[in-house]
Amino acid sequence: MRGPVEPEPVNTGGGKVLEFSTFSDAALMEDTMKYLAFAAGAVCASAVWAETPELTIYTYDSFVSDWGPGPAVKAAFEADCACTLNFVAAGDGAALLARLQLEGGRSQADIVLGLDTSLIAAAKDTGLFAPHAVNASFDLPITWADDSFVPYDWGYFAFVHNAGMAAPTSLRALADSDAKIVIQDPRSSTPGLGLLMWVKAAYGDAAPAIWADLADNIVTVTKGWSEAYGLFLEGEADMVLSYTTSPAYHLIAEEDSSKAAAAFDEGHYMQIEVAGKLAASDQPELADAFLSFMVSDAFQSIIPTTNWMYPAVVPAAGLPDGFDSLIAPQKALLLDADAVPALREEALQEWLSALSK
Amino acid sequence: MAERAVEISKRSGIAAAGFVAAVILAALLAVLARAEGAGLGPADWAALRFTVVQAAWSSALSVGCAIFLARALARRRFWGRRAMITLLGAPFILPVIVAVLGLLAVFGRAGWLNDLLGLVGRAPLSVYGLHGVVLAHVFFNLPLATRLFLQGWQAIPAERFRLAAQLDLPAPVVAKVLERPMLRQVAPGALALIFVICLTSFAVALTLGGGPRATTLELAIYQAFRFDFDLSRAALLSVLQITVAGAAAALALWIVPPLAFGTGKQDPGPRWDARGGVMLFQDSAVIALALAFLALPLTAVALPGLAGLMDLPVSVWRAALSSLGVAALSIAVMLGLALPMAGWIATRRTGLAEAVGLLGLAASPLMIGTGWFILINPWVNPMSVALPVTALVNALSALPFALRILIPAFQDALSNFGRLSAALGLGSLAIWRWVIVPRCRGAIGFAAGLTGALSVGDLGVIALFADPGRATLPLLMYRLMGAYQMQAAAGAALVLIILALGVFWICDRWGQANADA
Repeated sequence: MRGPVEPEPVNTGGGKVLEFSTFSDAALMEDTMKYLAFAAGAVCASAVWAETPELTIYTYDSFVSDWGPGPAVKAAFEADCACTLNFVAAGDGAALLARLQLEGGRSQADIVLGLDTSLIAAAKDTGLFAPHAVNASFDLPITWADDSFVPYDWGYFAFVHNAGMAAPTSLRALADSDAKIVIQDPRSSTPGLGLLMWVKAAYGDAAPAIWADLADNIVTVTKGWSEAYGLFLEGEADMVLSYTTSPAYHLIAEEDSSKAAAAFDEGHYMQIEVAGKLAASDQPELADAFLSFMVSDAFQSIIPTTNWMYPAVVPAAGLPDGFDSLIAPQKALLLDADAVPALREEALQEWLSALSK
Repeated sequence: MAERAVEISKRSGIAAAGFVAAVILAALLAVLARAEGAGLGPADWAALRFTVVQAAWSSALSVGCAIFLARALARRRFWGRRAMITLLGAPFILPVIVAVLGLLAVFGRAGWLNDLLGLVGRAPLSVYGLHGVVLAHVFFNLPLATRLFLQGWQAIPAERFRLAAQLDLPAPVVAKVLERPMLRQVAPGALALIFVICLTSFAVALTLGGGPRATTLELAIYQAFRFDFDLSRAALLSVLQITVAGAAAALALWIVPPLAFGTGKQDPGPRWDARGGVMLFQDSAVIALALAFLALPLTAVALPGLAGLMDLPVSVWRAALSSLGVAALSIAVMLGLALPMAGWIATRRTGLAEAVGLLGLAASPLMIGTGWFILINPWVNPMSVALPVTALVNALSALPFALRILIPAFQDALSNFGRLSAALGLGSLAIWRWVIVPRCRGAIGFAAGLTGALSVGDLGVIALFADPGRATLPLLMYRLMGAYQMQAAAGAALVLIILALGVFWICDRWGQANADA
């Protein structure tokens, strides 16, 4: 009714904090290091007296929640950097970008973490980002070659259903079936926009026909992921638009194997989440250090069971148990980042006219 | 000219109204100043059409049903009546997502209603569509409208009903001479208020409307800010929304007739005109139906919440404290604005000033938040003023409710005691102290309670200004849902309902304390 500024999880981020002991150890270590730094500073008196440098990272809401990667990432990075890492949460990916555009060059942010592939072109257009110097071998289904943004995790969009159901095996089959689905509005939600791109990437100019046939499957369209997933859990629909990794959450954190994701023949659209350094940052070295840290094992091993996405660089210890039970799409779909803005507009109009009939 | 018999300082009233208008216009101008080009498209006009249609239906039905419910409640005394009236305020303060899940548990595809229909072999009903949107809006607003009408009934002095009974007037005549004039006065304001609330609906309309057919102006504003980052379209849409709301308010307040019942006891005693089995049955049926309609979805929300209470994280309690702090501050700001404005309006019947009050509700919170973000950002870190800004915006959006509640009470008090006060030569302050506050305690308590409860349940602009360590309860609840913690989220929702009702109950109780004496 009121209050439309709802935070929307950019992905299915969250989960139980498994690193709790690590967190307090690291916090202790951090205190010790700060003390040592302080002592060293006091000894050297006037020599190198500077305040502890602060790195400010804008990110989406679910990243910093108690169940998200935020607390563990902060502890792990601060253990080595002799700095303070501040997360500032600002809604979801789209809200992050809007906020940067509002703030312009005056932004406090050194790094923005949580944009995705469909926002990259718009983000670059702002001219606020600086090139990065990270060199890593990414475990992504595609080759990564962007000079401004570094990926930190990724996932596939998928329709999640109850395990007993004989789920359709393609978008086409779903459109022809009478399965009931809940989706998110592409105008207000990241997964909603993902589905728009998914249909476009798989069917191109035939996308309107798919939407026309999907119209009678759609129970309703929600503002964000939480509403849609809630509706699905309440039994309002047979399937909900989410991620292939959603069943991993239920399996690992809740030991509940009753949810599954449907594998579709056309392939699954990808979401790659990225971070970038701001040109106006007053801590450029620290920002570079964080981006390198982001693709290291310390950061990447936190991601799977807190953000419930695939790590961009699989850590040495591999993926957690339970991730091997997830469906592995045969084909990864992703539209070229530069083509997204124009296609997005076209796809939105097609979507609106198909579902407004 | 009983209303003019006494002068209370209009300066503070004008200052408060000016402040409200300035806060909102400054935000709008700030957004416009950053805007470049672009106008409105056909989709925006379609959104306008749908918005107005659903808001008109919603307000008409809410007010229509509320008249019957309030009449039944005004005529009957039964055990649990007070508790029912307080509890019925709950839908109004629920976070959208919780209310929608509660409604769908009852009316949805897999809801209780369809289970029941299945048992008797009927085809299931679909809740999604315009009727679903209206259903949800009636669920939200029926209790508010009912309270406004109840207040109207209470304003009819008990002596009038006693006189009617002595004259042995039949019920239809009592309705004609006492009740209908009161309804004619209360209804337009209630209609306008609910119309404006429904005008700014977004997530409810989209979810229960079943898809993009149910696109409202507020969704279009959201899209302009977030999806397109098109500030000029956002500002234009905000202006459109404010214009429609302003037109509705002006129209409604224009046709409110003046009314004075004269002095008397405020709480009507036994109602002789409502004796008889048929009327008792009628009233009982209305109360039972309303109770079922409002309480079933609330039960559907509360039940999973009880289970969730077990695994609530500590952060919920921290957030609950933040929410209470914001609520207290919002109440203070609201009173600071609403009391002088209501005093000003009550002495001169200027509908325009009340229309200014509606601005706070009609302007999209996203627009106000963004505008002030632009204004504040060059000077201070927006996060450091998150609390006051949130409290201010919450107070602004509660202001219209507060005015609608306070103004009739103020008018009543001044028309009854205005001449006496003038004869005694009471100054402005003395009138506040000896006439308005004691006579209008009930209305002030109700307005404060509503503001506090709304503020506890509101996401408002906090999301734009919030820092991660200081989330309010609704924000935390969304974070819990976003982290798959549906059960803990249900628990947090229950805490939220209890807190909001608690704040409401305390303020309302303070207001009623006088009535018992």
